[in-house]
Amino acid sequence: MQNWRKILFKEKAVKYTLAAAASMSILIVLLIFTFLGKEAFGFLYEPGLKELFHTRWMPVSSQRESFGLVPLICGSLLVTTMATIIMIPFGVGASVYIAELAKPRERETLKPFIEILACIPSVVIGFFGLLIIVPMVKKVFGLQSGYNALSGAILLALMAIPTVISISEDAIRSVPKDYKSASLALGASKMQTVWRVIVPAALPGIITAVMLGIGRVIGETMAVMMVTGNSALITGNPTESVRTMTATIAAEMGEVPFGSTHYKALFCVGIVLLIATFILNLIAFKILKKYRMIG
Amino acid sequence: MTNSKTETIIFWFMRSVTYSIVLIIAYIIFRIIYLGIPAVNWEFLTAMPRKSGAEGGILPAIVGTLCLMTGTIVVALPLGMAAAIYLSEYARQGKFTQVIRMAIITLAGVPSIVFGLFGLGLFVIFLNFGSSILSGCLTLACMILPIIIASSEEALRAVPLGIRQASLAMGATKWQTIRTNVLPYSFSGMLTGSILGVGRAAGETAPVLLTVAAFYLPKLPKSVFDQVMCLPYHLYILATQHPDADKIRPMQYGTALVLLTLVLGINLIAIIIRSKIRKKYKW
Repeated sequence: MQNWRKILFKEKAVKYTLAAAASMSILIVLLIFTFLGKEAFGFLYEPGLKELFHTRWMPVSSQRESFGLVPLICGSLLVTTMATIIMIPFGVGASVYIAELAKPRERETLKPFIEILACIPSVVIGFFGLLIIVPMVKKVFGLQSGYNALSGAILLALMAIPTVISISEDAIRSVPKDYKSASLALGASKMQTVWRVIVPAALPGIITAVMLGIGRVIGETMAVMMVTGNSALITGNPTESVRTMTATIAAEMGEVPFGSTHYKALFCVGIVLLIATFILNLIAFKILKKYRMIG
Repeated sequence: MTNSKTETIIFWFMRSVTYSIVLIIAYIIFRIIYLGIPAVNWEFLTAMPRKSGAEGGILPAIVGTLCLMTGTIVVALPLGMAAAIYLSEYARQGKFTQVIRMAIITLAGVPSIVFGLFGLGLFVIFLNFGSSILSGCLTLACMILPIIIASSEEALRAVPLGIRQASLAMGATKWQTIRTNVLPYSFSGMLTGSILGVGRAAGETAPVLLTVAAFYLPKLPKSVFDQVMCLPYHLYILATQHPDADKIRPMQYGTALVLLTLVLGINLIAIIIRSKIRKKYKW
């Protein structure tokens, strides 16, 4: 009797310990929002929300400091949009090729090889960009400097491509085989089957893949900081230097005094980033769930 | 006829797109190996840096990165595995489980620099750990937690239900079943995922930048409250912040090579373990 009670107690204890460990993720998410919010809230109190809509980011100035997020958001948007434009044909094209057109042996070599790209640290990609992409962009477009939004977008696309390929490849492969057989039996060619049947059927998964890729692009810091030139301009011109939100935090956090307005402003930038990626991921997973592409 | 011509063109277009990605990857790796090898020698790996990194070695950066990796795994591994065991073995469909899953998905999407800010706010300042190995490890552990949970869960789910049922039918309790009949078969799979997570932590710069990394610190850490240099940040400094960045390319390529070898080596180990498991257990 005594022994039985002991075992039951142990069972319960184990269960609750494990549940506690699982709840840690909830706790961490709450802590992230709390600690970012805490510092950012200080900014809303003094100098106020209005300051964030200013069109200039000049955190250090002898006359008047201004903490407008507009140029930073603009920079991030420009780089992200361009990276997305580059990423879609490469990512989707390659995933369709690997999932449907490549021979089995070819697929088994291509997949792990592309996964290597996902493992390369972003600072190494940035280093590669610094020495290869930046001079190349400068030369090809005849610019004065290759440190611009375009170089950043190329690197970011490169970094997001493995994410896009791996998720959309899964989506394409999860399309029921019957669709393919039916289409082929109706006399459609292989390419027609791929583009008119399989890709449309896998579209929600492909869209999700692209969105998760975009999420990765917005949050990427080091590579983009190393090649975009980092001047906070409001511009739509890919050949101009931009400063993204992530790069701003990474570059300036080291030098700001704790608790200063500048310090709080950087946490506001962090909040904007956090919310943007949060929404992107939420939508992506809602789509996946709706079309039952994940469990 | 024209139809099949367009088809061939599309096919070759997609094939070239795929192979151009492969080519870029091969070029990056080849270039770093080719230009990095001449710089890497015994002194480079075991000496302190001199003249703010322009000469000497990168020992403190290597040691720093290894410390961070060890610390991160020590924190994240038990937590991630326990969470995965709960989610795959105990959790029922319900609000609580849903909230946990949502939290994990959210964590997986948080940009690394935001983790840096969070680590700075919570560990460095609020808990007063300062810029230290401890703060860095805790921050990185939070970051790789979703990776560990996801792959551990996958490893647990790979164990057939029949094994659990057989054990329960023999009168074993739930935890006894898990401990003696589920974990032994899934442990190496769980380890694989954790290794991948650590690989990611090793290459990450942004969170480390805000919570632990020293710009230039030619000495080895003595306690978990010390700052350290680490490889990715050191490469960043050498490549962009150093006054003679153009003249010390070999040092940069050497550092990049060591970092790349470390990260790809970790991933290779994970892949080998994974293929061994696949051979060992065929349910």
